Amino acid sequence: MTRVHDMGGRFGDGPVVREVEGDPVFEKDWHARALAVTLASGALGKWNIDVSRHARERLSPKDYTRFSYYEKWISALADLLVETGVLTLEDLKGEGRDAPHPLAQRAMTADVVPGVLAKGGPADRPSDVAPTFVVGQAVRTARPAANRFVDGGHTRLPSYAQGAEGRVLLLHGTHVLPDSSAHGLGEAPEPLYAVMFPATELWADAESPDDEVVLDLWQSYLEPV
Amino acid sequence: MRPMPHDHSDHPHALLPPDPALRVKALETILTRKGLIDPAALDELIDTYENRIGPKNGARVVARAWADPMFRAALLEDATRVVADLGFYGRQGEHMVVVENTPQQHNMVVCTLCSCYPWPLLGIPPGWYKSDAYRARAVREPRKVLADFGVTLPEGTSVRVWDSTAEVRYLVLPMRPEGTDGLSEDALADLVTRDSMIGTDIPKVPS
Repeated sequence: MTRVHDMGGRFGDGPVVREVEGDPVFEKDWHARALAVTLASGALGKWNIDVSRHARERLSPKDYTRFSYYEKWISALADLLVETGVLTLEDLKGEGRDAPHPLAQRAMTADVVPGVLAKGGPADRPSDVAPTFVVGQAVRTARPAANRFVDGGHTRLPSYAQGAEGRVLLLHGTHVLPDSSAHGLGEAPEPLYAVMFPATELWADAESPDDEVVLDLWQSYLEPV
Repeated sequence: MRPMPHDHSDHPHALLPPDPALRVKALETILTRKGLIDPAALDELIDTYENRIGPKNGARVVARAWADPMFRAALLEDATRVVADLGFYGRQGEHMVVVENTPQQHNMVVCTLCSCYPWPLLGIPPGWYKSDAYRARAVREPRKVLADFGVTLPEGTSVRVWDSTAEVRYLVLPMRPEGTDGLSEDALADLVTRDSMIGTDIPKVPS
């Protein structure tokens, strides 16, 4: 088990409650503000997407479980702003200074929003790491599912798929490795594959022997069978 | 191996007001007063995802794929390029793969680790997509989850669930409903529900 966010396959969550299509995109005004404050803060350039995901995952299990979706976002954002030195604990207490911040010139203005969103942040990079697997090849995932650089660090191998045997379905090219990128250890791009696992390989009581689960997995998560 | 530097129980966020609406407001105020965020930019971000980028984009792609076999083939081959040519590219949609439903295989998309979702084509994910119940159950019991959505697959259809663990975003190309011969692309797009492009619904049948 990595952390509490790693919930694929967990029992006991009850039914999925579907909203009607056409309901407001943001159920409450503060949901929209939380999303926008988070995106605008990201534009300050003090972290990448892997760092921000990991900040949410590092909420304590108690907070992660009791917080609603956008509460996780805003709380992890506050933590990240302090950890990266953008804000101080005094700032969060409301005892900080209101003077312009040294990073203020990086603040996202309304006129650049469409361009920033349209540009996105692609994760593919040139890499010296050659693909060692081909489409159709049998592979096994690492076990335990864990970051190999930082104890308790970020990884994108869910625990339900650890030590499982699957087959390479697609090669996506070479992408930034989140396990490294989330911890300031460099982008370390390497081949990324879509790997298909029979449901019977993952679950004690699969719903159908013909069902499958596909995960995107980095080469270093995999070994040949 | 390095130790985890920031794991501690006294997280800074606890210094902000506990009520989530007030917590957001407090952080927005602090950042605005320091010039780190611009409230007008926040309004622009919100307006974009409330009114301009949403599942109508994905529905246009699906309708064209139904109407144009060459487009469909290109979409399944290189979705990123093909949807970018229609103007659908950007944040959370930099690497697109479109997966096609057939009588033999139904596709369904989830992000068990967080909430990855193809924003340029579908907008901001609905609450259920981000819920613990969907994230936990979709990979283990997709058929029971589909039942929560009122969907029962025909005998002989297998389920393939795509767990979005990287920056690749998946869009389901649902099967074109019967009785839609001769419909325009606009009329076809009206049949495409958001959830049918996630794989938890099937398109509407023309009335």
